Order: sequence, then structure tokens, then C-alpha cells
Amino acid sequence: MSEKTEKSEKIEKTERLSVFKTYKLYVGGKFPRSESGRVYEVSDSKGNWLANAPQSSRKDARDAVVAARKAFGGWAGATAYNRGQVLYRVAEMLEGRKEQFVREVADAEGLSKPKAAAVVDAAVDRWVWYAGWTDKIAQVIGGANPVAGPYFNLSSPEPTGVVAVVAPQESSFLGLVSVVAPVIATGNTAVVIASEKAPLPALSLGEVLATSDVPGGVVNILSGRTAEIAAPLAAHQDVNAIDLAGADEVLAKELEIAAADNLKRVLRPQAVDYFETPGTDRMTAFLETKTVWHPTGSLGASGSSY
Amino acid sequence: MAFEYAPAPESRAIVDIAPSYGLFIDGEFTEAADGKVFKTVSPSTEEVLSEVAQAGAEDVDRAVKAARKAFQKWSALPGSERAKYLFRIARIVQERSRELAVLETLDNGKPIKETRDADLPLVAAHFFYYAGWADKLDHAGYGANPRPLGVAGQVIPWNFPLLMLAWKIAPALATGNTVVLKPAETTPLSALFFADICRQAGLPKGVVNILPGYGDAGAALVAHPDVNKVAFTGSTAVGKEIARTVAGTRKKLTLELGGKGANIVFDDAPIDQAVEGIVTGIFFNQGQVCCAGSRLLVQESVQDELLDSLKRRLSTLRLGDPLDKNTDIGAINSAEQLARITALAEQGEAEGAERWSPACELPSAGYWFAPTLFTNVTQAHTIARDEIFGPVLSVLTFRTPDEAVAKANNTQYGLSAGIWTEKGSRILAVANKLRAGVVWSNTFNKFDPASPFGGYKESGFGREGGRHGLEAYLDV
Amino acid sequence: MPTTAPTAHALSDVTASDSTLRRFLHGLPGVDAVGLEARAASLGTRSIKTTAKAYAIDLAISMVDLTTLEGADTPGKVRALGAKAVHPDPTDRTTPTTAAVCVYPDMVAVAKEAVAGSGVKVASVATAFPAGRAALDVKLADVRDAVAAGADEIDMVIDRGAFLAGRYLKVYDEIVAVKEACGTSARLKVIFETGELSTYDNIRRASWLGMLAGADFIKTSTGKVAVNATPANTLLMLEAVRDFRAQTGTQVGVKPAGGIRTTKDAIKFLVLVNETAGEDWLDNHWFRFGASSLLNDLLMQRQKLATGRYSGPDYVTVD
Repeated sequence: MSEKTEKSEKIEKTERLSVFKTYKLYVGGKFPRSESGRVYEVSDSKGNWLANAPQSSRKDARDAVVAARKAFGGWAGATAYNRGQVLYRVAEMLEGRKEQFVREVADAEGLSKPKAAAVVDAAVDRWVWYAGWTDKIAQVIGGANPVAGPYFNLSSPEPTGVVAVVAPQESSFLGLVSVVAPVIATGNTAVVIASEKAPLPALSLGEVLATSDVPGGVVNILSGRTAEIAAPLAAHQDVNAIDLAGADEVLAKELEIAAADNLKRVLRPQAVDYFETPGTDRMTAFLETKTVWHPTGSLGASGSSY
Repeated sequence: MAFEYAPAPESRAIVDIAPSYGLFIDGEFTEAADGKVFKTVSPSTEEVLSEVAQAGAEDVDRAVKAARKAFQKWSALPGSERAKYLFRIARIVQERSRELAVLETLDNGKPIKETRDADLPLVAAHFFYYAGWADKLDHAGYGANPRPLGVAGQVIPWNFPLLMLAWKIAPALATGNTVVLKPAETTPLSALFFADICRQAGLPKGVVNILPGYGDAGAALVAHPDVNKVAFTGSTAVGKEIARTVAGTRKKLTLELGGKGANIVFDDAPIDQAVEGIVTGIFFNQGQVCCAGSRLLVQESVQDELLDSLKRRLSTLRLGDPLDKNTDIGAINSAEQLARITALAEQGEAEGAERWSPACELPSAGYWFAPTLFTNVTQAHTIARDEIFGPVLSVLTFRTPDEAVAKANNTQYGLSAGIWTEKGSRILAVANKLRAGVVWSNTFNKFDPASPFGGYKESGFGREGGRHGLEAYLDV
Repeated sequence: MPTTAPTAHALSDVTASDSTLRRFLHGLPGVDAVGLEARAASLGTRSIKTTAKAYAIDLAISMVDLTTLEGADTPGKVRALGAKAVHPDPTDRTTPTTAAVCVYPDMVAVAKEAVAGSGVKVASVATAFPAGRAALDVKLADVRDAVAAGADEIDMVIDRGAFLAGRYLKVYDEIVAVKEACGTSARLKVIFETGELSTYDNIRRASWLGMLAGADFIKTSTGKVAVNATPANTLLMLEAVRDFRAQTGTQVGVKPAGGIRTTKDAIKFLVLVNETAGEDWLDNHWFRFGASSLLNDLLMQRQKLATGRYSGPDYVTVD
């Protein structure tokens, strides 16, 4: 049963007209409409109208990058513990709005309620999983390097910067969470292009993030025509990396070529079962390794160093 | 009477350079399919050292086929056996290090002091380091039994010919890949001698293939459909072209590209050591180093004192015959590179920066450029933004640590940086804020096979060295 | 080298009180041990061959303070040392004389006689060498005794205890007093015993302290402790004299002592001098080696250069 028919029944029963939600973008912690003023129709899997979603323009993409860049220093500089707490808070907020997301995911992906609920549960759990990673990844992939000389040499991972994320087209919510959470867990900020045909769960996620202590600009969510938004992001000189999860073969190649202009880190599309527990690769794809050398040497001139 | 050092040339007799060399494909030296050859010259004298076969697209195809054929057996070998081949190579490099150092100095133009004390020891150490990984990949943090990618196409530059070869080949072979490597056209010889080392080590045919040639051969290698992995060290412009070429394929790519490293000197720096670090930072290998500390950022309050010390120190640098054991500054690698350095230095002057070089007689033959320092440089000057890749230092000033960090990061590159201060907490704070892959605090231009090396931003991606360096060659 | 170069006048102010002296010494730039040692090692790789080697060997011989500082020293031993200083190689009269002989104060008169008319100086350790643990009066008497006996140079030790306790002004005052006791006839070498000062920062501070107090030479060590002259601590002291002259116009000499035994080592030190302080210091008025066995190795190498054959210990004298 589609939401629409459900709504009509309600009207008959209660004689109350339900309040539709105006879906908006989520940029810099605010909920703007597209600067273009354009929207496009979003339908459920059976073709029934669900809502009008903002159809983002190049300028919306540009604004989102500005917001993401502005947020980067603070988010990357926050303690890993703090980022973990924030990500856990997202899980908490999501848990509380589960019903809404179950409905939206069911509509978006044509799933039964139990199946949609399983998707939302998995998405909540994914936030929890990545929340726990924030203060562990550095120890797992960094460490001291035993160089042959009087130096203390340490490699640590650091976030790459602003990451453009082309979210998966089919897995509009679990897939989305699975590609956004690893990007921000490590301190990057993200400009996310929601699934083109099913953007509503993504846009609603913005509302969750806004109430979860995620600083404005850390995640920016755009809906619209994937190719139209992705092209300027892939070419943007102030974007450091791009996840092509939701790009088809032709688009992925185009975007990768554009990304070469400033040597963005590119994560190519790959087959992923988003129900599986992820590995660390979606985090490491957007991490730099910084290696710092410090002299150690002798304690002094009378030491054993000669 | 002054203490003049008499000439102390390293003997050339230790190296026997043949009049001609072929391509090394499938364990054999062979001519290019089209019979093309090119000459390699000694940059310090312009003497022709040898004539080398020039690889073309057809040769690339032959080499990739050989590498593909060798891959099956090589990747199936127990890691402990692959390790032993690499240990053999490391040992033979050590045994032949004097010969290779002289050869490298002849073909590249860098001082024997550097090839003897830096390049060759690091080459051997790199093979030794990755040899030990070959049978321990299960423990490297990439899951159980991580698999190699297949055929690696590798293109390397002329600034550290044999060391860059080691950085590419050692991890590739340790992880079970086979290799087609193209050395730079101005420095093919040490790679061809390395082919001989592979034969001495009994390395199976086709595991390592060496294709001397020009950019067209590199492009053909990168574009070859049966190459699974592309590794490139060189200019950012070429790196971008390669990134476009491999777009839309399954080829794994790592790039180690240009830099404009900031060497930041605070007012509480250990001045004498900082001066040494500045000199090492920009004049090591004539500044033809991607991670060179080519921008000196000095706190304004110590600028005069530091520059006096630096100029005095530069006046003691000994430029000349690279084979002389007392030479500090050798030849520029090629006429083309010399022209680029010259043009950028002239632009620096034209844009109003103040140019200084110590009194320094340049040899009449060969490609030479005097150690050069530019003061009154700002972030807006071309010489503060473009990679010069030569012995040219741009001096800028700053007032506060924040300003130092902002200026250091104000570049499209992000390979290296240096920090000089006696204050430990400032080292850690500044190192934390620098967007660079390698940060040297109170030292500069130190390298080690266990230490990951690679850039942020347009300096490329991926890391070479250490456990991190394995990832580039594993299907993970 | 504070951040703004002070004038000579400003430097004279720094010894006004214990606190100004401390502030000045602690305001000197720090020393990074790894970098210092790396620089010294790098200069140690210079290859000095043929004519340069011949020049360096003769220069090194001329810079030796040929030393005997034993409880068992006798007039006979000192006379033999003096003869060796005057004619280091009896088979080759073109060999330069050493710079000086270095003895205890009670042997100064004997030494003076042994080198009379040769130009070889007589240096005497004094100030309760090597420990320096005596009252100032006793130290000054020691100095005056040596000067009265004809010593051309006095090698004093600083009070390391006072230095390490941070009582810099006490160390300073003592050097000033000794300098005064030297009068105008004897040059003063100030020994820091770098092995006991322990850190490079301390060696740099001691160097400036010694120079401010009027040292004619700064000297690494007594030869009586585990770590004596090293390339790194000598390099550091060469930087100090270089910088001191740049700021005050006063040139001060450097003397590494103890542990330099071979020609190869000596030449490395000369390279340090040449490339750090510069050629103005390549003269025995400004640079010395405190050594005993070094001389014979220099002589054997000198013979090798002249004849092309390796020499042996039977072809140099054992005194």
C-alpha cells in the first residue's frame, strides 16, 4: 500500500489533511532550497508521487563545497573521541526516528515494512560501528617506523579534506550511510549527492544530522540529477577526493577524468553488499599518511653516540 | 697558504660501460622492434656514455606479455622463496655498490658522495626491507592472504634512477607482482645494470623487464590493457595525464609527483643545524628532489642572522667534477632541465626578487647551475609557487606560527615540509597543521625504507616505503 | 648569538651579574645533537690527498702541543719531549717544529731550557689541573708559579662543579682572575672538560663564558676523562669562536685535546677548521692539537708521502 493511499484513507477517517514535508537540501547546517528554484518529482517504486525534491545546480554544489571546506578545520581538529561521540549521537537520533525512515525507505526502495526496518536497523548499527572506529583507526594503520638512524619516526593518518560522495543509487539509505559515515568518521567533510531517484531518505538524514551535534558543513546533502551535480564537484579544485559509489560506468569514467585535474583521490564504484560488515577501506581511501621525523640522538656530548 | 683540497676523483675503472645496451625483456637483452636507439650522456662533460635501445609501443607489448607469462609462477611461489630472491638482489647491490655509485654519478651527474653515501645504501636497504615482507603479508593488515595485482607498469624519473627503481621494484616483487619498468631517457644505465643483477640473482625470466625509452614508451605502458597496476614518479603534469589515462579502468594507480616544500625556521631554532638543514634541503642532488625544501620560511626576527650564516655556508660548497669525493654540488641532469631552471631563475629576477649566488666557477662543458638564493620573495612570486627542481632557494618571511603554517600550506603541492625550533610542543603543533606527507623536524631530506613517503594534494597519492608501501601492490 | 646582534659593548654588559650572565648564556641558540654530529661526520668524509695531504700533515705537526702530564714525569722525560718538539723527525730537517710542549708547572723551567731558541712554546697546565678542585688562591699561585718559570701559555681548567650548579659568574670571575695572573706574557687556554659538561648546549655556553672572560684559546678537555676531543664538540667550539669574532672582532683559538691519535683524525679536524671557522684559524696561533702519540703517526704519514713506502714505528722516535 503506498503512502499516498494511506494518506487518503486517513483523510476520510479523521477528516484531517496531513501536512506534507517540504524536502530541502542540507548545506552548511542549514536547509536551503536549491538556488535554482528547481524541483523534480520523486515517486515510489510503483510510480506514485511522493514529493518534490530540490534539483540542485552547479551553484548549490559550489556552496556545499564552501561549507564543507569551512567546516573541515574544526571537524578534522576535533578529538577522535569527540567525533566518535557525535557519530554515536547520530545513531541515537536515528533510532528515535526509525518509523519515519522505515516508511521512507520502504517507499523509496519498494521494500516491505519488515525489510525496510532491517535496512534502517543496519544503518543505525553502521553509525555505531563507525563511531567506534574514530579513535582506533590511527593505531591500526599508523605507528612508529623503525628507521636506521637516531630519529623517532611516526606515521599517522590524517583526513584528506573535502570529499564528494556520489551516494549509491539503489541502496538509498543503508548505502548512503555506509559511504558517508566512513568519510566523516576520520575527520573529512562531505558533499553528498543523494540517490537521484530516491533522494528522500538522504534529505531526511540531513534533519537527523542537524540535531546530532554534527557541526554544520561537515555533511552537506544535495539532491538532483547525479551527473549534473557530480561533474562540477569532480572538477572542483577545492575538493580533495571523490567516492564514485553511485556513478554508472560511463559517468564514473568521466568523473575520474575530471578528478585528475587536481589529482583527487578517487574511490571507484564497486559491487558492495551493504548489509555486510565493512572493512576499513572506505576510511583509508580518504586518509593521507603523514610521516614526521624527530631527531633523538644522544642525551649529550658525553654519551655513547661516538 | 689556504687549505686547498687536491682533486680526489673516484676511479672510473670500476665500472665497465658497454658501447650499447638493449631492452631487457623476458630475461634477455634485445633490440627495439623498430631498431631505434638513443644516446645517454654524462651531464658533467656531455660525453656520450653509451647507446641504448629505445623502446616503442611494440616493445611495451612484448614486455607486458613476458611479465604476464611470468606472473603465474612468480605469484604462486611461496613468499619465503620470493623473499630469498630479493635478499639476493639486496646483497648483490651491496657487493656492487661502488660500481653502481660511479655509474650513477656518470649517468646522472650527481656527486659521488651522494651516490656512495645515500643512493646506494638506500637501494640495498629497500630491497632488504621488502624482502622481509614477502612471506609476512598475512600480517601486514590487509587481511589474510592478500593477492598481488598482476603486471605492474612503472615509470621512474632521472633524479634518483636506481633508488626510484628500488622503491618501485622491491615492493612489487615482494607482493608477487611482475614488473615492466621504464627508466628516464637521460638515466637508463643503472636500470640496465640492475637487469644484470637480476640475472646474477637467478630471478626468473620475465619477472623484471626494463624498457629504456622516452615518454611515448611510458604512455604506451600506462595505457596497455594488460597492465594491472601503474606506479609513476615524476612531474605533476604527467601524473595528471596518467590519471586521465587510467580513468575508467581497473588499474590501480599510485603517483609520487612534484612539491614545493616549506622549510620553516623559527627564531628559537638551533641555527647552525638549521643552516645545514636548509643546505641539505635545497642543494642535495642539486635541488632536483621532489621533496626539496625549496621555500625557506624564516621568522622575520632572525632573518638577517640566518641569511648571513646561510650565505657564509653556501660559500663553502664545492661545485665541480661529480666523481670527485669532495664535490658537494654536481651537474644538472640535462640541458632541458638546465634551461627550465635558468628560465625560472630569470623570472624570479624579473619579478623583482633579489638573486644571490656564492662566487663559483662553473665548468665549461656540461650542464651547471650555481647554488642560488632569492630573497624578497613573496607568495605571489612564480619562484615561490612553481617547482623549480634545481639548486634555487626562495626565501620568504613570517611573523607568527599561524602565518608560517598558512604560507607553508598555500600551495597546490603537499609533499614535504621542515620545522626548526627548540620548542618540542611547537614542533608537534606545527607538524600537525602542515598539509604534507613528510615532515622533518630539526632535520631534512632523511629517507628510510621503513618510513612511508608520499604526498598530499597535487603531490600525488599512495605511499612508498614501510608497511604502507605494500598496499599499492596488493588487491586490497 | 642572540636574535639581535649585540655590540661588543652590549656583550660587556652581560657579565654585570649572575642573572644577566645566565640570561645571556641560556639565550644562545640551542644545539641539535643529531644535526651537529651529522655535520661533523659529513665533514669527516672529505678526501684529502697528495699535495693537500702534505700541506695538512705539516700544518698539523706545527699545531701539536706535545704533551706529557704524568705523575711520573722527570726532567729527563721533559728534555726528551722538548728535543722531539724541536726536531720531530731527526732524519728530515724540513719537518716543522711542534707549536709547544705542554707540561706541569714544576717542569716549565726544564722544558723552557729544552726548547730554548727554537720558537717552540712552553705551555703549562695550571689551576689544580685536572680536577680544578682547589681554592682560588691556590689556583692563582699555581698559575703565577708557571708564569714565573717562563710559561708562554697557561692551560687552565674551569670549575665544572660551579658551572653545572649554574654559578656562571663564579666560573667567569675565576677565569678573569687567572687571565690577570697570566699577565701580558702568557696566553690563556681555558679547558672546559667537555666530557663532564655533558651536553652540547653546555659546551656552547661554556665557550661563550670563556671568551667573554678573556680566554685566548678555548680547549675541549684535559685528556684525563673518558670522552675528550670529538669532531662534534670541536665543531661546536669552532662555531663559537667564529660567531664571537663576528660579534666582537676578537679572535679566539681552539684546542681539541685528548683522543686524537691518527693523521686521518687530525686532518678531519683541520677540515672542520677550514670549513667552519675558516682559513684565518689554520695557523698554530689559533688552532692546536693537545696530543702525544699523534705526532708519530703524522711523522710516519709524512715519510710515506715523501718515499711512497709505508713507514713503521721503528723509524720515528719514541719520546
